[in-house]
Amino acid sequence: MRALNGWLIAVYGFLYLPIALLMVLSFNHSGLPTAWGGFSFEWYGELFDNPKIIGAAWNSLVVATWATAISTVLGTLLALGVERSRPSTSREALLFAPMIIPDIVLAIALLSFFTLMKFTLGLRSIVMAHVVFNLAFVCAIVRARLKSYDWSLNEASRDLGATAAATFFRITLPLIGPAVLAGALLAFTLSIDEFIIAYFTAGAGQSSTTLPMQIYAMIRFGVTPEINAMATLVMGVSFVMILAAQRLNKGRLPGA
Amino acid sequence: MNTRSGTWLLMLPGLLWLGLLMVVPCLLIFVLIFFERGIYGGIDWQAPTLENVTRVFDPLYLSIFWDSAEIAGLSTLVALLIGYPAAYAIAKAPASRQTALLFLAILPFWTNYLIRTYAWIVLLNPAGLINTLLIWAGLRSEPLTLLYTKPAVVLGLVYSYTPFVILAIYSALQRLDPSYAEASRDLGAGAFQTFLRIILPLTAPGVAAGAVFVFVLSVGNFVTPDLLGGGKFQMVGNLIYDQFLSARDWPFGAALSALLIALMMLLLFAQAIASLRARGDYARA
Repeated sequence: MRALNGWLIAVYGFLYLPIALLMVLSFNHSGLPTAWGGFSFEWYGELFDNPKIIGAAWNSLVVATWATAISTVLGTLLALGVERSRPSTSREALLFAPMIIPDIVLAIALLSFFTLMKFTLGLRSIVMAHVVFNLAFVCAIVRARLKSYDWSLNEASRDLGATAAATFFRITLPLIGPAVLAGALLAFTLSIDEFIIAYFTAGAGQSSTTLPMQIYAMIRFGVTPEINAMATLVMGVSFVMILAAQRLNKGRLPGA
Repeated sequence: MNTRSGTWLLMLPGLLWLGLLMVVPCLLIFVLIFFERGIYGGIDWQAPTLENVTRVFDPLYLSIFWDSAEIAGLSTLVALLIGYPAAYAIAKAPASRQTALLFLAILPFWTNYLIRTYAWIVLLNPAGLINTLLIWAGLRSEPLTLLYTKPAVVLGLVYSYTPFVILAIYSALQRLDPSYAEASRDLGAGAFQTFLRIILPLTAPGVAAGAVFVFVLSVGNFVTPDLLGGGKFQMVGNLIYDQFLSARDWPFGAALSALLIALMMLLLFAQAIASLRARGDYARA
């Protein structure tokens, strides 16, 4: 048992030390990975002075906000419908597929589809693509919560004269709300970090470059202290959002 | 909203979205295969052909599939070897702590893939931390070539996908009835024998689920081979990437993707069968 726990600690070290190193280096004045030159915020300053990075971050924010809004509404409705209908294997497969399909396959499929439809590539096509997988995640989380939902509450509400809409907003939504919010947070995180599908469906030009695309371009050029600062910020935002989603959903995030 | 038409109305927008933007585009891939590329990229619909199908099975491309399968297979194996004991340790921890421990293991999986990969460039490059430490400790006089090697690609894939392996195996361990292991110990089996003959076979579906996931994502990956392999190791993902974004031969890229999808389906099918059989054994045991 001792050895097993030691192994677990080593695995956590393996998973977190590389990330922690980036975070420490982002405050290193010397900018070198191997020499500590004192604590400094200067790389963060450089980051905010770089218009390409700010532009890309803004694009990512726009894409993630739209993709989250659309997928939260559609995913929640879908979950409500699915949980009240007869089980269907093909529908289950359809809802599971977006979570397991390799990114590159969906990316090239959508690129071909948009191009053949003569649909102009840009932020809008990225949003449409991101909703595909976000929708499936939101739906899965809300469905998990609905499993323990007491549908007789809806009947009671209707019997007392409430309309369907009133029942939804005053009974159902407050009860499944935390799961919906957890799903939205997760969708936002997935969307803001998604690279491959965005890369293929963005089209050319800086105007539709998202933050991960900008990060990819910078990483390919080599190691710079600016990337460390950006990595720290991006990781920090993800950690906070996932932690919040975990809290809201009482510790039950679906299988990745 | 108790009627069936009501539930259909709720599901319709979401199902339409998935149908139009996932099912149709994926089916489109299977149509593209049978046409030639246009002169300026795109598709020449006037020229139906089987050439792309036969080209995928050209030894040159098959060898890339084989190389990717090797890298992906190795990554899968290493991720399982690292992940299984870790999942076991979490499953054996006090119940109150398990959720937090599992969350800690999966958290990196939810964060930016590019940044996690970049962290290894910082560690492995010639002027990076590992080489500096080796030279400082007097173990090496010159930096080792760590980055842009095959082991670096495998390491990157293992690092990215181990959290999922831990999750899959932990779920299987959690469903395991502890009385089986107790019975085995009562009947005189050692801890190792109990693990090998009771626990491992009963958690095989979890192992298979984790393995299929790591393998499929690794085979189709183009980011890690590009960033940690320096583009020296072509994997199926890189090949597909090139067909769509550089060579602009979409039909051939589509054919390669179709083979990737077929491979994934086959593995998922095998996993489903294995999982069903394991459940059967469980019921009979």
